[in-house]
Amino acid sequence: MTATAGTESDTTSDGMKLTLKIWRQANPETPGAMHTFHLEGVSPDMSFLEMLDVLNEQLNAEGEEPIAFDSDCREGICGMCGLMINGQAHGPEVTTTCQLHMRTFSDGDEITIEPWRADAFPVLKDLCVDRSSFDRIIQQGGYVSVNTGSAPEAHSIQVPKDAADRAFDVATCIGCGACVAACPNGSASLFMGAKITHLGELPQGQAERDARVVNMVGQHDHEGFGGCTNIGECTAACPKEIPLDVISQLNKDLRTAMRHGH
Amino acid sequence: MSHPPRPSGFRSGDTVACVATPTLIKGSRSTRSTIALKLLMAVTGLVFIGYVLLHMYGNLKVFAGQEAFDEYAHHLRTFGEPMLPYGGLLWTVRVVLLLSIVGHAYAAFALWARAGRARTQKYVVRKAVASTLSSKMMRWGGVALLLFVIFHLLHFTTQTVHPGGVTESPYERVVNSFAPEYWYLTVIYLLAMVALAMHLRHGVWSASQTLGLTNSAASRTRANLAGVFLAVVIAGGFALVPLSILLGLVD
Amino acid sequence: MTEFTSDVDSHPDSPGQDSDDAVGYYVPGEPIADTKAPGGPISERWNTRKFEARLVNPANRRKLSVIMVGTGLAGASAAATLGEAGYVVKSFCYQDSPRRAHSIAAQGGINAAKNYKEDGDSVHRLFYDTVKGGDYRSRESNVYRLAEVSTNIIDQCVAQGVPFAREYGGLLDNRSFGGVQVSRTFYARGQTGQQLLIGAYQALERQVNAGTVTTYTRHEMLELIVVDGKARGIIARDMVTGEIETHLADVVVLASGGYGNVFYLSTNAMGCNVTATWRAHRKGAYMANPCYTQIHPTCIPVSGTHQSKLTLMSESLRNDGRIWVPKNKADCTKDPRDIPEEDRDYYLERIYPSFGNLVPRDIASRQAKNMCDEGRGVGPEVEGVRRGVYLDFADAIGRLGRDAVEDKYGNLFDMYARITGEDPYQVPMRIYPAVHYVMGGLWVDYDLQSTIPGLFVTGEANFSDHGANRLGASALMQGLADGYFVLPHTIRDYLADGPFEAVDPSHPAVVEARRSVEDRIEHFMTVQGTRSVDSYHRELGNIMWEYCGMERTEDGLKKAIDLIRGLRDDFWRNVKVLGSAATLNQSLEKAGRVADFFELGELMCIDALNRRESCGGHFRGESQTEDGEALRHDDQFAYVAAWEFAMDEGLGAQKPVLHKEDLTYTAIEMKQRSYK
Repeated sequence: MTATAGTESDTTSDGMKLTLKIWRQANPETPGAMHTFHLEGVSPDMSFLEMLDVLNEQLNAEGEEPIAFDSDCREGICGMCGLMINGQAHGPEVTTTCQLHMRTFSDGDEITIEPWRADAFPVLKDLCVDRSSFDRIIQQGGYVSVNTGSAPEAHSIQVPKDAADRAFDVATCIGCGACVAACPNGSASLFMGAKITHLGELPQGQAERDARVVNMVGQHDHEGFGGCTNIGECTAACPKEIPLDVISQLNKDLRTAMRHGH
Repeated sequence: MSHPPRPSGFRSGDTVACVATPTLIKGSRSTRSTIALKLLMAVTGLVFIGYVLLHMYGNLKVFAGQEAFDEYAHHLRTFGEPMLPYGGLLWTVRVVLLLSIVGHAYAAFALWARAGRARTQKYVVRKAVASTLSSKMMRWGGVALLLFVIFHLLHFTTQTVHPGGVTESPYERVVNSFAPEYWYLTVIYLLAMVALAMHLRHGVWSASQTLGLTNSAASRTRANLAGVFLAVVIAGGFALVPLSILLGLVD
Repeated sequence: MTEFTSDVDSHPDSPGQDSDDAVGYYVPGEPIADTKAPGGPISERWNTRKFEARLVNPANRRKLSVIMVGTGLAGASAAATLGEAGYVVKSFCYQDSPRRAHSIAAQGGINAAKNYKEDGDSVHRLFYDTVKGGDYRSRESNVYRLAEVSTNIIDQCVAQGVPFAREYGGLLDNRSFGGVQVSRTFYARGQTGQQLLIGAYQALERQVNAGTVTTYTRHEMLELIVVDGKARGIIARDMVTGEIETHLADVVVLASGGYGNVFYLSTNAMGCNVTATWRAHRKGAYMANPCYTQIHPTCIPVSGTHQSKLTLMSESLRNDGRIWVPKNKADCTKDPRDIPEEDRDYYLERIYPSFGNLVPRDIASRQAKNMCDEGRGVGPEVEGVRRGVYLDFADAIGRLGRDAVEDKYGNLFDMYARITGEDPYQVPMRIYPAVHYVMGGLWVDYDLQSTIPGLFVTGEANFSDHGANRLGASALMQGLADGYFVLPHTIRDYLADGPFEAVDPSHPAVVEARRSVEDRIEHFMTVQGTRSVDSYHRELGNIMWEYCGMERTEDGLKKAIDLIRGLRDDFWRNVKVLGSAATLNQSLEKAGRVADFFELGELMCIDALNRRESCGGHFRGESQTEDGEALRHDDQFAYVAAWEFAMDEGLGAQKPVLHKEDLTYTAIEMKQRSYK
């Protein structure tokens, strides 16, 4: 391999041709609109975000500001990326946007790309949204209060394997916000339920269980997320396949807390 | 949108009251949450399910003939006498139902409005992949059912609407109303039963989920099956009566 | 404990005389030494230091402020712990949430000397394995401490609710990882990094609620503020509003991760960058061993120049997969299933009969490159070369059955299939090495303090614990050790001098730092050249990968330095950044990072040029055995190369000053490794 300039793309004219309809918005205050772009030479081996990279290179060359979109690890774990693609959160496959590949699409396709839409996720620019409301929900109790150094020996508490496995399964949530984006009510119940269930399954999470659910739900409501109507769009869009059970668990924990007078 | 104000940097030595995020809410109460609203909806929904089950059971008395049906209707009013006054149980049930419907509708409209505020900028393209038709119809279907209930009360209880004529016999009211010449009434009632079936199908599942009874894949399947079962049994049981009258099986 | 003395003690280096290759590229400087590690038996040093480090009265802690840059394992854990202690902490990250830091992507696990398996593990053995794995280029005291506190990490994480894998009895499960003979790796399926980071993130958010920590997300540190020789704050850009902010504090901690993205393609996240550490380096913090790069052998190969990042697959695949390339170049384009057994070259099994496909990462990586350089690589041709080798599970599927293979590796096979569109149960996987981790970083003493007083460095951003090569499952261990258990103790010795005099925001040093940031941004916004930032980054990456990648030579490195300098000059004149600086502008963000990568790349090449030996992840073509194996030169290079930033105005380029820290081993004997 020689050190050659990387300005030219390896994509050839026989790649896919796409029509892209993309939301552009200059900043949080200015209203946005859909814009249409044409892109040629898209390789089926590209990831969806690499396709947008190529579009951005093209825009940059044409003197138009590249489209802002979030991504970081690009291996499906950090939760930074997230686009509404043809009306589906993360697109037509059960994965993150960064792991969606262009072979899912066909030559000549028209693809509509929008940011996550929820008033609790305000658009910052183009396809980037502010999900700090998720952090604030976690701040309200999505943790076990244990100061560094005060932990007992790890083997002093046994955890049944089933509980540990279930805790892990729901702890795989990456906080991407697809559940909110897909929910007709703009609810973050799946996100919250995943954390409630994760910590609720473990002995370590019991002491704060009532306060945790009440405070997290209180913050959720305060942020302006909608209520859950148990439709299931969230779990269908979740790249980590968090099941609806967690919302049931969330409801149950809240009911228990209510009984305990919280 | 407004950004939370960001501290512009502090000097060392200052004792800065570090307000982490100005929008962190304190003193949340379980009873004031969206989930409390959902619980209200679930519990009142269960009241309705119990009621429509009994109501349907009573309706099926039509097949036992006029005497049995009218006797049943009368007995509802004398139930519990002399401990209760005449109509005492009926009025108790009516009060409970009225309170339930107020609670159910209040929760529904509050959550509906909330959902609207949660996404003021709509998607240009949106594709639902997991929603059942029943779940999509919950809100407007619920409104339709509310209107139907009002109509139903005007029709059979107050007899304000009386296509088949005013009569003392509940049996005659039923049979006259669903006679073939008033076919549109039958259509209204059958459509209402379709709406009821859909409302029950999602409602039963949803209430189970809201009450926290579906913490596993198996229990979720059971709750969904229960929804379908109750929808078919209740709406089907109700629909039998007008259909039988229309077809001349009951007269 | 037996104490050994290595032969380097009797042959102290004199600066500049032994490394002829880099003459003219650097200036010899005074030796440097870690003055903080106490003497005495190695097992007592940390206890001694913890005792000697002065305490801060709890009432005074809220008068002391800490800036933490980065929210990965090392940053989030330290911010949470310092917040719990009562200090006023500001935590910065460029991502939209602290939970997204790239520690999250670590798959395998975390080592700890718990010896739950009673298989002979101990603190000393973990220490020994780590020093040996690092090819005797790490600092003994630091590594011992790392092994010592490893057990506390597991306790802490379990108490936080980290869902580690458990056995049926409800106790924690362990596995053997990275070629060691004991089972000391704790794991949470293939997502250990995620679970540990979420634990640290939750601890951090708890402190936000408690009011001790303020988080600044979507903020990027662009300059360090040094006042009267001490680190006193940072200049950061609010990446949403574009506002340039001055943040002052009593102490600054960099936990900003590694710089593998200097290679453009790496397994790092898109945003990983060197800017925080490089700005500190330019302000006087020494950069140690920048050329030590770990290249991971089992990544999914590049499919085209559109490629934006590389994806790692767990090394465990080498337990059952067999690595091969065609014997004949002509077969490289054939369907691999049609290539008969006798025409396949299972080169690792051929060259290393005893270790076979399980040779260490650096060897497996280098041999894959050799095969491709010979023209026997497979897969798509990218820029004229096929860069991939087969990792074949046909034998394993035949022997164990498809179900057993699916049980063990199903998620990895799925990931491979998703990215490549090929079914690895049918067609052999293609793999190729990729940059994964950097062992080099800012020089720190035993207290994790850099050469700038008041500037501490933790996690991958520092250099101290992994020597020239990092063992599997020890990055997570180091990040959390630094953040939870080391820094909170060592930093108090520095803070005990406080309360400090407040720095006035109008202090010339603050104003200057701010102005330099604004000037740089102004420059990028006004150049309006012709090439995108990414195109420069990609070209820099190509240079680094070609000449400062798996095999480095004197000629190649010198050529690379010339190429980098030329490209850097062109970048400053011809880069094209559109949009406005007063809004979210990803091109602008990248421009600043790439500008620093250019300077780092240059220093990496100079460091690699100076180190004419092969050790760990650093392989010099000139220093190998007759069999082509890495050859260390302990007599000349048993030192940490700590570089001080310096510009040569005439040259218009860096001419750094080399300070050597001799490495001495008192608890361990230096050995040359062999995997034949």
